Amino acid sequence: MCGIAGLIHRGKSSNVGEELQNMLQALKHRGPDSTGYALYANNDGQNFILRFKVGENVGEGSTSVNEDESVYDERKKLVDKKLSELGATIVKEDRLTPYSYRYEMKYDKDLMEFSKALESIESVEILSIGKSLELIKDLGDATAVSERYGLNKVQGTHGIGHARMATESGVDIKSAHPFWGYPFADVSVVHNGQLTNYWNNRRVLENKGMRFMSECDSELIAVFLAEKMRNGATLEEGMKESLTGLDGVFTYFVATKDSLGMAKDTMAAKPLVLYESDELVAMGSEEIAIRSILPQEIDTYDPFDGEVKVWQI
Amino acid sequence: MANLKTDTKKTKAQSMGLHSEVLTGKTQQKFFNPDEAENFFYWGTHDVDFNKRTELDVKDMDCKQANEKIDRLMSEGYGTIVIKNPQGKHSLGVGILNKLNLIFEGSLGYFGVGSIDGPIVRINGRVGWSCAENMMAGKVVIEKNAGSCFGAAIRGGDLICKGSVGARTGIDQKGGSIIVGGDAGAFTGFMMQRGRIVILGDVGINLGDSMYDGTIYVGGKIGSFGSDAVEAPMTKNDIEWLNRKLKVAEIGNNFDVSKMTKIVAGKKLWNYDALEPTEKKGAI
Repeated sequence: MCGIAGLIHRGKSSNVGEELQNMLQALKHRGPDSTGYALYANNDGQNFILRFKVGENVGEGSTSVNEDESVYDERKKLVDKKLSELGATIVKEDRLTPYSYRYEMKYDKDLMEFSKALESIESVEILSIGKSLELIKDLGDATAVSERYGLNKVQGTHGIGHARMATESGVDIKSAHPFWGYPFADVSVVHNGQLTNYWNNRRVLENKGMRFMSECDSELIAVFLAEKMRNGATLEEGMKESLTGLDGVFTYFVATKDSLGMAKDTMAAKPLVLYESDELVAMGSEEIAIRSILPQEIDTYDPFDGEVKVWQI
Repeated sequence: MANLKTDTKKTKAQSMGLHSEVLTGKTQQKFFNPDEAENFFYWGTHDVDFNKRTELDVKDMDCKQANEKIDRLMSEGYGTIVIKNPQGKHSLGVGILNKLNLIFEGSLGYFGVGSIDGPIVRINGRVGWSCAENMMAGKVVIEKNAGSCFGAAIRGGDLICKGSVGARTGIDQKGGSIIVGGDAGAFTGFMMQRGRIVILGDVGINLGDSMYDGTIYVGGKIGSFGSDAVEAPMTKNDIEWLNRKLKVAEIGNNFDVSKMTKIVAGKKLWNYDALEPTEKKGAI
């Protein structure tokens, strides 16, 4: 069934890493397979943050194939070589797990060509590119993933997250949420539901040059919105088109460098509880997610069927 | 609900008088006979005193611990219980089968006060999905909003939300009244079979979709009618009933109920004439 959570502070920063961790941990019972975060951090905005993986987590419950770690080192060398060929300058690099990296880099050319070139290396997947987006996903619950990647100290304005129960695809990082809105910097999506016209849409979008990295139906939302925005639509316009363009049941969140949005299908089949004030918007699959950061008595509500909302920082 | 006991505890079915049920023909139910009340034992009920009041802080309890504590308090005779810090926890206050004043100082999560039969519940907050599911009798008042599937499959009692409710309100409703002061989402009254739904505000699309029977009253705009939901004329009885119910529900002061839209089943989706006479009599 999956659990999703999101929050946006309006006009200020906060410890969004810890807040989102608490919200997702409260939703652990909705999805124990993997947890993902898309945090919009207080970076200096000068360099791109590139997060990528060169292999899969093959821990307990994983459906991925076990590989020797030396393979990861080889792939990392290929990535560095490719970055150099593309004209990207690495400012800082961190190896967070044997299979995942965070690079700060300078780059000023086309991100789609950049992504295609980098992902032409076997088993390399870009998790996100952005100037404030820090997208982290891995197997385990919210606390385990947060501790593994040191997320509870991340300061920022907003974020979305996902606790996944794998139904449509495997237990692995590539099928975990959030999904990056390739090829747009700083765009991420999380989803709760099932999309029934995934393959029809995927074929159309791939013919238009968009890329899919997994067979997870939720990835379609990120690609669908990215394709709309590539053709000039605003985020909100793209989201409204998704209500008819996507078939199935869904509640999803999308975030950009300065906004957070939600959409709910026309059957209102998937849950969402929302708290909204002048300073903070917090939402999740269940109220207990919101209560984990706002224990005092507050007014919350369920958005109605077919509703789309977007908030700015 | 009467709280009648015998000295000997039988099996649950036997205690409820079902042991002599004869399963023949289309109408299979054998109803409870009041003349045999002294033999009736309603398992899981308690004799309580409304004047005996206590508070329970459930902040550090999970739902099972909280519900067990409520049950223990009822067994000690407490008839008025105030629950502090429910903080959106799921399944609180479920399965209460006796009279009780139950007050929640805060919001509930999913499946709050489900399968109850008799208590009067006030929730000074919001409720999540499927509040009061399968409610048999009693009264539940929610001061703020409610999630989807509000009052799913309720069979009796009054379920009142002063705010707005989500989608599929009153889905599979089999009796009782659901009264909403604000708006309601899509598929309100979906497959309802009996009872009444009152929405003072607007409702979403597919109102009363595939409803078998029962009545829906809407004060605001209607997104669209569902399959086999049709408008019916308001009668004097409707207006009197609505005025009385809104007063009981503590909402809709000075609301002109005569201007509400009344929706009933068109009864084209099923063969109403095939019902046995006793079943026809039971249908509203």
